[in-house]
Amino acid sequence: MKAPVIGSATSSRPAATTPNRPVRDYGKTWTIGPILIWMSALFLLPLILILGVSFFTRSSFGGIELPLTVENYVRFFDPLYFKILWISCVLAFFTTAICLVLGYPFAYIVARSPINYRNILMLLIIVPFWTNSLIRTYAWIVLLRTEGVINTILMQLGIISQPLPLLYNETAVLIGLVYTMLPFMVLPLYASIEKLDKSLLEASSDLGAKPVHTFWKVTLPLTAPGIMAGSLLVFIPSLGLFFIPDLMGGSKTVLIGNLIKNQFLTARDWPFGSASSIILMGLTLLFITAYILITKDKEGKELL
Amino acid sequence: MKQGFRKIVAAGFLTIALTAAGCSSTPSSQGGENGLDKELNVFNWSEYLPDSVIKKFEERYGVKVNYSTFSSNEEMLAKVSAGGGIYDLTVASDYFIQPMANQGLIEPLDLNNIPNFKNLEPDLVNKEHDPGNKYSVPYMGNTVSLAYNPDNIKTSITSFADLWKPELKSQIVMVDDQRFILGMVLKTLGYSGNDTDPAHLEEAKQKMLQLMPNIKAFDSDSPKTLMINGEVNVALVWGPEIALAQREKPQITTVLPKEGLMITFDNFVIPAGAKHKKTAEAFINFLLEPEISAEIAKDFPYINPNTEARKLIDKETLENIAIYPPPEEMKRVESLKDIGDSVKLYDRIWSEVKSSQ
Amino acid sequence: MRYSLGRKFSVFYASLIYLFLYMPIAILILYSFNQSKLNAVWTGFTFDWYVKLMQNSDVLEAMKTSLIVALISTLAATMIGTLAAVGMYRYHFRGKTALDAMLYLPIVIPEIVMGISMLALFAQLKVPLGYFTLIAAHITFSVPFVVVVVRARLAGFDKSIEEAAMDLGATPWQTFVKVTMPVIAPGILASAMLAFTLSLDDVIISFFVAGPASATLPLKIFSMVKFGVTPEINALSTLMLVVTLAIVIFAERIRMRKE
Repeated sequence: MKAPVIGSATSSRPAATTPNRPVRDYGKTWTIGPILIWMSALFLLPLILILGVSFFTRSSFGGIELPLTVENYVRFFDPLYFKILWISCVLAFFTTAICLVLGYPFAYIVARSPINYRNILMLLIIVPFWTNSLIRTYAWIVLLRTEGVINTILMQLGIISQPLPLLYNETAVLIGLVYTMLPFMVLPLYASIEKLDKSLLEASSDLGAKPVHTFWKVTLPLTAPGIMAGSLLVFIPSLGLFFIPDLMGGSKTVLIGNLIKNQFLTARDWPFGSASSIILMGLTLLFITAYILITKDKEGKELL
Repeated sequence: MKQGFRKIVAAGFLTIALTAAGCSSTPSSQGGENGLDKELNVFNWSEYLPDSVIKKFEERYGVKVNYSTFSSNEEMLAKVSAGGGIYDLTVASDYFIQPMANQGLIEPLDLNNIPNFKNLEPDLVNKEHDPGNKYSVPYMGNTVSLAYNPDNIKTSITSFADLWKPELKSQIVMVDDQRFILGMVLKTLGYSGNDTDPAHLEEAKQKMLQLMPNIKAFDSDSPKTLMINGEVNVALVWGPEIALAQREKPQITTVLPKEGLMITFDNFVIPAGAKHKKTAEAFINFLLEPEISAEIAKDFPYINPNTEARKLIDKETLENIAIYPPPEEMKRVESLKDIGDSVKLYDRIWSEVKSSQ
Repeated sequence: MRYSLGRKFSVFYASLIYLFLYMPIAILILYSFNQSKLNAVWTGFTFDWYVKLMQNSDVLEAMKTSLIVALISTLAATMIGTLAAVGMYRYHFRGKTALDAMLYLPIVIPEIVMGISMLALFAQLKVPLGYFTLIAAHITFSVPFVVVVVRARLAGFDKSIEEAAMDLGATPWQTFVKVTMPVIAPGILASAMLAFTLSLDDVIISFFVAGPASATLPLKIFSMVKFGVTPEINALSTLMLVVTLAIVIFAERIRMRKE
């Protein structure tokens, strides 16, 4: 519904009325062109600046100065920083796994609900996130703290006699992360499950497959792109997120996001901060490229 | 079809250009009735100046104040260094003034335009970080103070060293500030809070590692909430936070630690290239008026260096040692200083301490 | 029998997840009626915060800025992202894998780095900070999310349908609107909602690229943290929630009636 503005130019071309191959070249320009131009100007260019900064030296007042050096990269090869990176990865992994396990059945149910309710149900997933994240996190703190809502209810019901330590620990951090990232898992899953052809599932069960079997052999493979998209959209941002771990975990761990933030906002060591971000991005790029190369074959086969 | 493409591109650029122009600050119309400009761009710490005061200034001088905020010196520095003279007035901690002046990021002030400078307490001006107040005028300050809730803490706390007591397991909230907290540990060990000797810092790191089990949370934003909720019973946080917590829980008691406190002051500075310098100075002068300064102090209970204003501040605030340490304490407080490249070492220690669990 | 049991379980499970999603929201709404200024303890019921909110021109102004920025950037990001997703699905070209990988970088780059580097870029190019820089930055961090979601929807979509349409004489544009769009519409909607959510809540990048007179709502809220974010913000969130839900339900009603 938004595409017409640019796309309409394509249709106004006289050449476009004759169907077939040559026309496609324009399509390529109009679809890939905008993103190329936009991201080159507003993302790659600034990124090059950061790459440049990562080779400078911190001046004693916190600015950058010559000489050029690779010291900032060498510095990262320190068991401490590897540990920080590892902890961040583990946390992001658990967040992704929990989101997937919770989100898949949920997305499935919503995508399979009567068509009249589908849009509303989907909107209801995202609407809570149109409130401010800080206020939302404070609300979680009210729920989880020692004298908080959950502890009070559990004690009233006689389920526990001592308040549970729900806040300022790993569990709290995971709850906060899963809560924040869940829509980023559910929405791609929903978009992918919703288009599943029901007849395929029926065919499978008509052929005598058990529901579990149908799920593993038909549903799951067909929704794999949604699973991958959701997992990436949860895993990657979780890696750099520090605001929720700080508030709900009591800032007692340094994550890679904290480390980089601190370089810019406490140590005023822009070169090291830049180098750390480049390393983080390089690692992610490695993951992603591997993922793209692996899935490429699959997609190719599917398209046949 | 080429034509069509060009049209779209041209229209696109036009839109961009127009939007950009529309957003740029309108050119300053010089010389109002009082020689001030029509506009002033102020960049201040968040929650540091009541809206009512800004409105009063706008009404009295017919100046429109664009007020925006930051939450750390470094954030401010990043935006001010981007240049372009987008801000006319900002606020920097005392240890930030030398680095900023050395990098040519701030301009000298004309104290002749700030006659109310005389209202400031003589002990708090002309300090080491800016001799003769060439670049800066002190605004407000605060200590990192120690307090506890005696209802739930039975052991005695009289010094920083007491924080290591095993009875205080998971009982402490601290500001998430590596300079202040490592400074406190250094002071506990008998060194200066600004120490940069790597051997001393190594010692401080080991000491800090032992303290970690007692810390429930680091929170620089609103640590008072944890005190009020009863989540923790000991706090090593900004003085005003303690004062605010006491409003809800009066039993919270401030301790003047044996080792002595650390303090920091914030100062008005004028970024280089400011377009409305004279108006900025008029604004500083306005904020130094006793009534105005007292009004600020009422909303934001920091240490107010304005002697005249203090006469108008209520006794309860002035006597609260969480905000105003007594004179003998003030004599031995230690100011946070710029430590140059040692900040790298501080940062590594901080990361290591926090990654220990 | 088995079917209905499955159905019951489905409803039960979905309700649990919705409960999880709305539990903090319930607290948030509750605290908009709390007398205490701190978002911490319940002291009594009041409407004061709604009254105060209506008088707080700064907060309302910031909300307006946020909504404008979010709407424009969502629109633009969805447009650019959807086109890119369709293009990357349909065509093969050199550097496709590189572009593909590059699109994930804005998701992983720490916000602070993106914010500072954009500030540096705008400073170099002498672009004045304000609405324009805010919107440009928001588009940039939203686009990759749109591409990823729409591509996931497109994956496995039968290309031969598009080709059939073209063979029957449809222009590429007609094919896109009549054939491709309906198929990917849910994906576009889902991605637009993510983009809107991201924009509405961004703090760090906005801080660096905002001008002296263009604070967004999250910036305003974060500036209030030190002395306690007042329940005015809860009141504002509650109102926004109620209005959004009302619009959604109303729109759906109309749509259903039409059908």
